[in-house]
Amino acid sequence: MQPTNIKNPEYFHKVVDCQYACPAHTPVPEYIRLIAAEKYTEAYMINWESNVFPGVLGRTCDRPCEPACRRGRIEAEPVAICRLKRVAADHKADVKKHMPSAPFPSNGKKVALIGGGPASLTVARDLAPLGYEIHLFDEQVSGGGMMRSQIPSFRLPEEVLSEEVNFILDMGIHSHFKTYVKSLREILDKKYDAVFVGTGAPRGKDLPDLPGRWDAKSNIHIGIEWLASVAFEHIHSIGKKVIVVGGGNTAMDCCRTSRRLGGVEVKVVVRSPFAEMKASPWEKEDAMHEDIPILDCHVPKTFVVEDGKLKGMTFEKVHAVKDENGKRSLVSTGEPDVFIEADDVLLAIGQENTFPWIERDLGLEFNKWELPSVDPVTFQSTIPSVFFGGDSAFGPKNIITAVAHGHQAAVSIDLYCQGKNLNERLHPMVNLVSQKMGIHEWAYDSKIVDDLRYVVPQAEKAITLKDRKKEVELGFDVQTAFKEAQRCLNCDVQTVFTESRCIECDACVDICPTSCISFVPNEEEDALRLHLNAPAKNKNQDLYVSDALPTTRVMVKDEDVCLHCGLCAERCPTSAWDMQKYLYQVTKAGSCSHIR
Amino acid sequence: MTYQRPSFRHPELPLNELGYRKKDYEGSLSTLCAGCGHDSISAALIQACFELNIEPHKLAKLSGIGCSSKTPTYFLGNSHGFNSVHGRMPSVATGANLANRDLMYLGVSGDGDTASIGMGQFVHLIRRNLNITYIVMNNGCYGLTKGQDSATADKGSKSKAGSVNPFQNIDLAGLAIELGAGFVARSFSGDKLQLIPLIKAALAHPGFAFIDVISPCVTFNNNVGSTKSYDYVRHHIDATATFDFVPLAKEITTHYSAGSTQEVKMHDGSYLKFNKLQKDWDPTKKETAVHAMHKANEAGEILTGLIYINEDSKDLHQILNTNSRPLNQLTETDLCPGIHKLEEINKSLC
Repeated sequence: MQPTNIKNPEYFHKVVDCQYACPAHTPVPEYIRLIAAEKYTEAYMINWESNVFPGVLGRTCDRPCEPACRRGRIEAEPVAICRLKRVAADHKADVKKHMPSAPFPSNGKKVALIGGGPASLTVARDLAPLGYEIHLFDEQVSGGGMMRSQIPSFRLPEEVLSEEVNFILDMGIHSHFKTYVKSLREILDKKYDAVFVGTGAPRGKDLPDLPGRWDAKSNIHIGIEWLASVAFEHIHSIGKKVIVVGGGNTAMDCCRTSRRLGGVEVKVVVRSPFAEMKASPWEKEDAMHEDIPILDCHVPKTFVVEDGKLKGMTFEKVHAVKDENGKRSLVSTGEPDVFIEADDVLLAIGQENTFPWIERDLGLEFNKWELPSVDPVTFQSTIPSVFFGGDSAFGPKNIITAVAHGHQAAVSIDLYCQGKNLNERLHPMVNLVSQKMGIHEWAYDSKIVDDLRYVVPQAEKAITLKDRKKEVELGFDVQTAFKEAQRCLNCDVQTVFTESRCIECDACVDICPTSCISFVPNEEEDALRLHLNAPAKNKNQDLYVSDALPTTRVMVKDEDVCLHCGLCAERCPTSAWDMQKYLYQVTKAGSCSHIR
Repeated sequence: MTYQRPSFRHPELPLNELGYRKKDYEGSLSTLCAGCGHDSISAALIQACFELNIEPHKLAKLSGIGCSSKTPTYFLGNSHGFNSVHGRMPSVATGANLANRDLMYLGVSGDGDTASIGMGQFVHLIRRNLNITYIVMNNGCYGLTKGQDSATADKGSKSKAGSVNPFQNIDLAGLAIELGAGFVARSFSGDKLQLIPLIKAALAHPGFAFIDVISPCVTFNNNVGSTKSYDYVRHHIDATATFDFVPLAKEITTHYSAGSTQEVKMHDGSYLKFNKLQKDWDPTKKETAVHAMHKANEAGEILTGLIYINEDSKDLHQILNTNSRPLNQLTETDLCPGIHKLEEINKSLC
């Protein structure tokens, strides 16, 4: 293998599994250390800079970081990254003084943002301090988009959301709420320098052809529309017996909200097997904890309506069968159909994009799925001044993805408004600093604790089920947060190897608890992976390979289960190993005009 | 300072035949200098015992005084141990072995502990052919007292302070062969591929098995001009053979080219397979072994690997024809059979 080029910013970035997996690349270990040091405000600001909504995401994020966490590869469970983020938000002091504060000197450019959700708000936050005049349009009464309309208050209290939305709106954003944009042409005619579309995926899927669907319309609801009506207090109750059809996180929000609005026998009914449901495991657990059974492998067949009144639904029982190509299909078990009683049915079977307000003669291209043609790097549409981001760009994903899109769209808009090439984007800001303080002392807490993942306490079910707005999760207290933070392996503190200093004494090989380091003859990667001190079977994790050493061997470190404990560097007599903290920050809009 | 090794290990490391992990053969975290060759020897001992499926409680580690003699704390933490008086480990080992012949004995010593203060005990241990694996962690200096030349420092070797050693060195491996040791080897802490099978073979050898392991003192004797530095040893190393220890009832996996291989069957049925690198050298013939060592010395090379083996070695218990049961298992009725037995003996003398 060729020696690893650690000057490529992506090499060490990939070692920080959580940060690499995060769409917005939040420097996770950096803020977890700050939480352990009780520096909640600083931890919050690291998050805010990167993901804009730490309080919201600390409660609702899909957590792509956690399945990626290295801790999950050496023991049962990853670090509770998401809930630690919430700790920073819960315990922060005055953060506003650390944020850019309006008024900002104008740069004479105007940008329109269509939709007030996480993508648009991110664009607003990134561009407003640069002097852009931002006009944000949303049909709802306040900002937040789906974070407000679709996420129930018992998961995300309104004040938490409003605080973080207001941090942005207070930057002198011209917000136009209760304003539904009916026409993109009208917006374009207003001569904005750029337009950003962040309208989400607002249409909930229906079962229009299922028998009985239109005979009991008033008791059959589309999940996300129903959740929005609850959030905006148009709906206050639901029948005692409720069926929620669907297996995603929206279904979990629907069933749990139903329990709070009068639903007693609430059931989730889903086509796929339980293990393959789209909902996050923790959201399924929370639903079941609230006495909501999840019936899997049930395919909706009919709505049963008697005398114009909904009585329930029938379902066909199926099981999953895989063909030789591994493709799954659901096959009837041959058992009789199942009838489930219901006063109300909520359909939470997915959502899709819809752009009825975009005229098709403007030159804005749509693909065969009726999604706009959007560049995946620049987020530019086929109209150069129109950008897309969030769910509206590539279909429904999640908040953190929308934020990541927003940052990149803001970079593009800034470049576009300056007449620069959108593809000449700056590299990330990186910094690599030795943590050495003494012979055996490091500037980071290198000790590895054995603690298992701590559980976030919840409020009593008897209380939370009575009040739709009572938050279920109480969040970690600071003592537990410290202990959970200590579980973090500090994967951003990199093991940096300098071959010119190595005397091949094997001290690092002997001390490494997880047998990551080997000194072996060089080979091609596949062969090398088999000939190390421990097999390097996880090909998603790189091998760190040195140049040839005096004995012609090479140092090979398998990054897979490195604990970043620093023992290799402590036992190295020549400091050929050093522990160096790697900070990787995605370049945001505005960094283009000056070198950081 | 880290005082504890994290408890996590690579999740895919195998168990040995006893169901133990390698971790079960580890000891406390080393407090030796970073980069000390001794730590590599400790690691090789851990690996060898893990691979040999030794029950940790069936092994006793004995040592004297010195950096080397501290190391038993850093490996085989679940085995018996005795950190004895300077140079007096052989006496303690002899007593322990006579009291319980069922244990495996591992003596760990240094060049000072063996070639200076313990020389008298060392030679008598060989003379008696105690069943023990005796490892000298040889760094050519007194590391614990700031690196003065030891008796194994080569003549002309330069110390860290720049002084040149004027005295002839003691070659412990040569001495051991001369005194009739049945298993003599030399190795290098930085060459685990060689050291691990050597340790395994030494542990399987019935009788005194000696390994002189050159183990650089990274703090006091790793300078230019030293003949026991990592660099010097790497540049002057010359091996007798590449070889493999094949335990009893195991298939041979290493490939050897025809004509150059030789097998030595060990007492317990396992055997050593060699791929010879030296001409006119036969590890079972003492004179060729001595010749090979002299030749290497003259060429300024350090000859490593197994140098001499006598597969018919008789250990102390066989020489003395002692009881086959360990002394510590003999009860009062065994030891004092009573008046009738005495009378029988007396009668037989008439």
